Amino acid sequence: MDLHYSKEYLDFEKEVKAFCKKYDGVTFTDASKNPLASSSSKKKKIQVTRSEWQKILIEQGYFARAVPKEYGGYGGEPDILKSRIIATEFSKAKTPAPMGGQGIDMLVPTLLEMGTQEQKEKYIKPTLHGEMIWCQGYSEPNAGSDLAALQTKGELIDGEWVINGQKIWTSTAQYSQMMFCLVRTEPEAQKHAGISYLLIPMDSEGIEVRPLVDMTMKAGFNEVFFTDVKIPETNIVGKRGEGWAVANATLGHERGSLAPPDAIMNRLNMLIDLMKQEKLDGKPLIEHSIYRDRLMKIQGKVMASQSHALRLLSAKLNPGQDVKVGKMIQKLVGTELRHELEGLAIDVMGEIGVLYEDSPHLRDKGSWQFIYMYFLGLIIGGGTSQIQKNIISERGLGLPKEPKVQGAQ
Amino acid sequence: MYFGLSEDQIFFQDNIKKFLEENSSVDILRKIAADDRTFAKDIHDGIVNLGINGLLVPEEFGGLGLDILFAAAISESLGYGAGATPFIGSYVMAPIAIIDGGSDKQKQNYLTKVASNEVKFGVGFSALTGARDDSEIQIKGNKISGRSLFVLDYEYATHFLISDINGCIGIIDAQANGIDLVELKTIDRTRNVCELILKNVDFEILEQTKNSKNTAEKVIDAGRIMLAADSLGAAQNMINKAVDYAKERKQFGRAIGSFQAVKHMCAEMVAELEPCYALVWHAAHAQKHMPNEARLMACQAKSHLSDVTKEVAKKSTEVHGGMGFTDLLGLHYWFKRIGLNRQLLGTPERVREEAALLQLN
Ligand SMILES: Cc1cc2nc3c(=O)[nH]c(=O)nc-3n(C[C@H](O)[C@H](O)[C@H](O)COP(=O)(O)OP(=O)(O)OC[C@H]3O[C@@H](n4cnc5c(N)ncnc54)[C@H](O)[C@@H]3O)c2cc1C
Repeated sequence: MDLHYSKEYLDFEKEVKAFCKKYDGVTFTDASKNPLASSSSKKKKIQVTRSEWQKILIEQGYFARAVPKEYGGYGGEPDILKSRIIATEFSKAKTPAPMGGQGIDMLVPTLLEMGTQEQKEKYIKPTLHGEMIWCQGYSEPNAGSDLAALQTKGELIDGEWVINGQKIWTSTAQYSQMMFCLVRTEPEAQKHAGISYLLIPMDSEGIEVRPLVDMTMKAGFNEVFFTDVKIPETNIVGKRGEGWAVANATLGHERGSLAPPDAIMNRLNMLIDLMKQEKLDGKPLIEHSIYRDRLMKIQGKVMASQSHALRLLSAKLNPGQDVKVGKMIQKLVGTELRHELEGLAIDVMGEIGVLYEDSPHLRDKGSWQFIYMYFLGLIIGGGTSQIQKNIISERGLGLPKEPKVQGAQ
Repeated sequence: MYFGLSEDQIFFQDNIKKFLEENSSVDILRKIAADDRTFAKDIHDGIVNLGINGLLVPEEFGGLGLDILFAAAISESLGYGAGATPFIGSYVMAPIAIIDGGSDKQKQNYLTKVASNEVKFGVGFSALTGARDDSEIQIKGNKISGRSLFVLDYEYATHFLISDINGCIGIIDAQANGIDLVELKTIDRTRNVCELILKNVDFEILEQTKNSKNTAEKVIDAGRIMLAADSLGAAQNMINKAVDYAKERKQFGRAIGSFQAVKHMCAEMVAELEPCYALVWHAAHAQKHMPNEARLMACQAKSHLSDVTKEVAKKSTEVHGGMGFTDLLGLHYWFKRIGLNRQLLGTPERVREEAALLQLN
């Protein structure tokens, strides 16, 4: 065990701290009203657009660090420790993190790994700059957990893909310029081998997006209908029929990013503040031992997940370390923990905890209820908790698979 | 010995369930949630037509003279159908307060009017169940000032019944001078709560509550049992929906209910919820017939049901996959109903604390 940073990293830490100080209180001129969006303090010092912020971060090497310059990145060596320092210092100083989302978190790594030169040049830069928003068109009404059952059809006719079918639960489709999409292009092939990974402009003729309201009362996702949608033959990542492998590479990226430990630590700190401020019968909640114990239990879990993140980090730096199962549990543990944490905040507020939308007496813009519900969505989305447990036990622990139905693939 | 609901109670429950099935579809809940209150008013009118307002009012004042167990059975069906109507405050807590704490004259006056639907009460007891945001009630002579947070069933109220921290309960006329009503918005749009800001408002104290907390405690106990019963019904509905869905929905070429993961979620929900029926009925029965255990059972029913149903709400949503998270299916109306019930009249930890203290004294 050696948790010290070498001089290079200590210097880097100083540099990042100075950066955070310089941009303390930075606000966005195009900030959304989404209660999940990080909002900074009131002292409005520097104002930028989200896209300008992305560019500042890239220039500094704090974002898209290992993405080559020609594609709009910083062009440095990948450095996991530096990434870690950036995340920690930004989180501590409440400096707004770079944008995330399915384009940045999932598509960019996929294109870097498997995209053509032309695709990299065309898509990565605007995506990193936050100017091209992507949505993920995987799930269909009859293909959720059983994703490989998807039926949206793509036929190559006169040098164009012609797409027909329907996607559902497509997050942010209504704001997206592009979709990365799984489409059945080889109907004769075996289930998993008949799928291709296509890149579809959302303004193509024949696409209809219907927003779906979710339990938070916001339209977080959509149905997307395709009727004879035509896109160029070259808008395919990987080869025909290789879409499943390409998608699995990106699913790995998504599961890693659904419940990042720094965000959990931030929420825990907010919860501690809340429990110091909220009073029940005139006494702060943190002085009520029963609530305090629940808080301390959650803190224990949060600390474990932080330490665990360090262990996973170490395994990336030291290839011999085995963290196979340790990685597989991340999505399950992280989303359940967030849901539990937000739920405690609701309880400590008592009746105030059920207030929502724009109610008088509302705390923290209603974010506790919103995120409590939102994380129930994330427990389901990106592979349900039950599917995660199947993966952990079957792929992680080598337990036999459940018997398949005769005739089903 | 017979442990269970009577035929009459079940008959009444079925009537309410049927009424809500016919008049409160998810489409209508959605409209109500979007603040289209005409639908909520129709539901309230229909429920009153079934006789709910006079449920607990003694026959001599024109009511049905039924007991808390009966009311719990009804609360369960309202939870089952997510009935967008006042009940717990207007038709349970208020009549109990007046029956137990009122003078003969007060009973005659108010109970008769509750039974005839001329008077409808909003009810504010949060000073006693965990005051927040420095809300406080001061009673001076026949005047009341201060703030009452989380007043239940205010929407159609002609009067309010308010308690201070000592359990001194009284009535104000909703039209009286000095009342400022602030609507609050919660996750659950099927029931409404407000804050009352009172400045020297005329206050008619219930005779027997001047120097005794007894009435207030009975009222809160009954309220808590009603919340527990409401969550019981709501959770049962969510389980039923989950089980039906698990039989229909296919993934990997088979019904998802054939996966042990899903099967066990369903079985766990039922194993947790099934004993809750008996607990709620027993606690409700105790209010009249087992005075020594009445308070403890009310506390435990409320806190235990809050925890069990929170878990059922989560799991039954999970069984539905992405569909469970949508407004299309509307499962969340029950999820949120359970969420509101949990926080009202004391969260589980706080109520268990009271339960423990009862056994020390
Ligand atoms: C908030 C949110 C955002 C989403 N965003 C996107 C997006 O942007 N793009 C996209 O393509 N999709 C998205 N999804 C879809 C998501 O990936 C699916 O909802 C998820 O994979 C589950 O599929 P399903 O909804 O069809 O549920 P089903 O697969 O029908 O599952 C229903 C239940 O059956 C269980 N089950 C199914 N199979 C098994 C099994 N083999 N063993 C044990 N249990 C099983 C599940 O765990 C669940 O409890 C999103 C979903 C949510 C909730």
